[in-house]
Amino acid sequence: MSRRTISVNYLARVEGEGALRLTIKDGAVRNAELRIFEPPRFFEALLRGRSYTEAPDITARICGICPVAYQMSAVHAIEAAFGLQLDRPLRDLRRLLYCGEWIESHALHIYLLHAPDFLGYAGAVDMGRDHPALLRRGLALKKAGNTVMAQLGGREVHPINVRVGGFYRAPRRRELAPLAETLKRAREDALDTVRWVAGFDFPECDRGYQFVALRHPDEYPMNEGRIVSNRGLDIAAGDYNHHFVESQVRHSTALHSHLRSQEAYLVGPLARYSLNHDRLAPLAREAAAEAGLGTTCHNPFHSIIVRSVEVLHACDEALRLIANYQEPAAPAQTIEPIAGEGCACTEAPRGLLFHRYRLDDQGIIQDVQIVPPTAQNQPSIEADLKVLANDWLDLPDTALRARCEQTVRNYDPCISCATHFLNLEVRHE
Amino acid sequence: MNRPGRKPRLAVWKFASCDGCQLSFLDCEDELLDIAGAVDIAYFPEAMRGPIRGTYDVSLVEGSITTAGDAKRIQRVRQRSRTLVTIGACATAGGIQALRNFADIDAFVNVVYASPEYIATLATSTAIADHVPVDFELRGCPINKVQLVEVISAFLCGRRPVTPAHSVCIECKLRGTVCVMVAHGTPCLGPVTHAGCGALCPGYNRGCYGCYGPKENTNLPALSGQLATLGMTRPERLRFYRSFNAGAAPFQEESQRHES
Repeated sequence: MSRRTISVNYLARVEGEGALRLTIKDGAVRNAELRIFEPPRFFEALLRGRSYTEAPDITARICGICPVAYQMSAVHAIEAAFGLQLDRPLRDLRRLLYCGEWIESHALHIYLLHAPDFLGYAGAVDMGRDHPALLRRGLALKKAGNTVMAQLGGREVHPINVRVGGFYRAPRRRELAPLAETLKRAREDALDTVRWVAGFDFPECDRGYQFVALRHPDEYPMNEGRIVSNRGLDIAAGDYNHHFVESQVRHSTALHSHLRSQEAYLVGPLARYSLNHDRLAPLAREAAAEAGLGTTCHNPFHSIIVRSVEVLHACDEALRLIANYQEPAAPAQTIEPIAGEGCACTEAPRGLLFHRYRLDDQGIIQDVQIVPPTAQNQPSIEADLKVLANDWLDLPDTALRARCEQTVRNYDPCISCATHFLNLEVRHE
Repeated sequence: MNRPGRKPRLAVWKFASCDGCQLSFLDCEDELLDIAGAVDIAYFPEAMRGPIRGTYDVSLVEGSITTAGDAKRIQRVRQRSRTLVTIGACATAGGIQALRNFADIDAFVNVVYASPEYIATLATSTAIADHVPVDFELRGCPINKVQLVEVISAFLCGRRPVTPAHSVCIECKLRGTVCVMVAHGTPCLGPVTHAGCGALCPGYNRGCYGCYGPKENTNLPALSGQLATLGMTRPERLRFYRSFNAGAAPFQEESQRHES
């Protein structure tokens, strides 16, 4: 009887602190654990007693990589509680801001975190020594996303311009014009990115995932839509807790999410793409086809291509939003707090992000629930490792470890986000 | 100060935080390659694989201390670092997670976790300087990436970083922004908040919410009086002082004055 353990004590190139342990016995993977030791920060607890006006600023601090996602889920959930729907120009501005975050977050992951795996580098700086032009293109693309966030949100990390009801200040049309020039160049870079990553070597893999994402009648989903799956789920955000359940596990500090039927599911670019291919901009659809993607994508290693296609879509969508932008009459709609509960899901770069708020008649928060995408993907990440690693067991430890890390990075896991759900077990080496 | 022929070794360490301040490093898209040319980015797990090895000429530390394990780890980080710079409100004041310092930590754990017995956490979230000597503190939630480049450049030249210590009020005047408190009656922490953001919020027609923390020599009771005149209730003022820099002494004291 042989026993082999592959450990990665500190996962690099992910957002937050996590580790990995794979246990192999008698030539088969017996267990795979994504262990998360990021200290919890108790956001759901500290939000109690705060005003609804503070929720977008406070929840942004859950994640410095995707603060807009937290702001968007927060404002939409609170507006749902107050029975408020935003008019066209304000909802378009929110979508434009989200495009900026998708471009920035995806470009960061594609170029700085994930591509080095495919090309055999420890990190982007090493990669840049051999391929400086590639790294410059990645940074330019990332900067384009950041420019949108800084213009519309005030700054790249923790934007200050988002509020319940709209914005503190709406941009003038002429202020958005220079963004269009930046985004046109970014769109070219994004197209080149799709072509570049499509040429990587990919392991074969199809685990028959259950995909869950938003779906909107006529848009690729960001802020709005119903929660759908490729197995017939079709519900409103308010029904989320009737269909999904979180449970605490011992080995990691994240609550794991499952469907109530106990099935694992997958959120994020693969799910979004596979459930919404027909909603992509024509340019993005063509690039996906050219890159060899079908109308659905089941190989998690192809997520880097799907992310690139989504960057292309986001650049194109941002340009469309800027071209059609009409300045709103006021930067925010009037808010009248009423006691009640509201839920919302939006599509963070890493996938579905659920927020639920219960508020009193003064708009003071009584209770909060936040389910980030990485918590939802954790069971799938572990299941991927358990199944896929069986094909790699003849690799030496170093190569096997690298392949396992790459498999985790397929999900662009954001451990900082997931951690307020984590069952904590600190083991620093 | 640095040996010729060897690039200074830089490390980036994370404690309890959102990753936003270290992301600001990667957000220096135009400077990143130059920085990588001037320093050896020797340990930065968010951006690259590689082991902890030897000592580091400069360590950037993000995040606050919230676990017993991290309280020990920061000691080891200090031992490995010639210069230790804390970046962001978590590292300089305990961050938003320092709200636990004013609450019952068991109640906090129970709100979030179904099995609270698995959770090992300290009752407080504290700044790095409460645990080890810190050579320089860069403020902000998040930090300003231009100031981060200044800190790294200053280190390379062996001088103190130039990061103005005046208030956000001065930044408003410098950029010519109309005072939101005087002209619009909008509550604003600008008079007591450390500069560094460039008066971002007033530029977007909202009051400063203090994410760079208190400046030196604040007069918070005077500001509280003005905020009350503008119609802010006592609980609202308490919350105003108690956010991303709730653990910074002047904000903490003034918020406690508003309790009960």
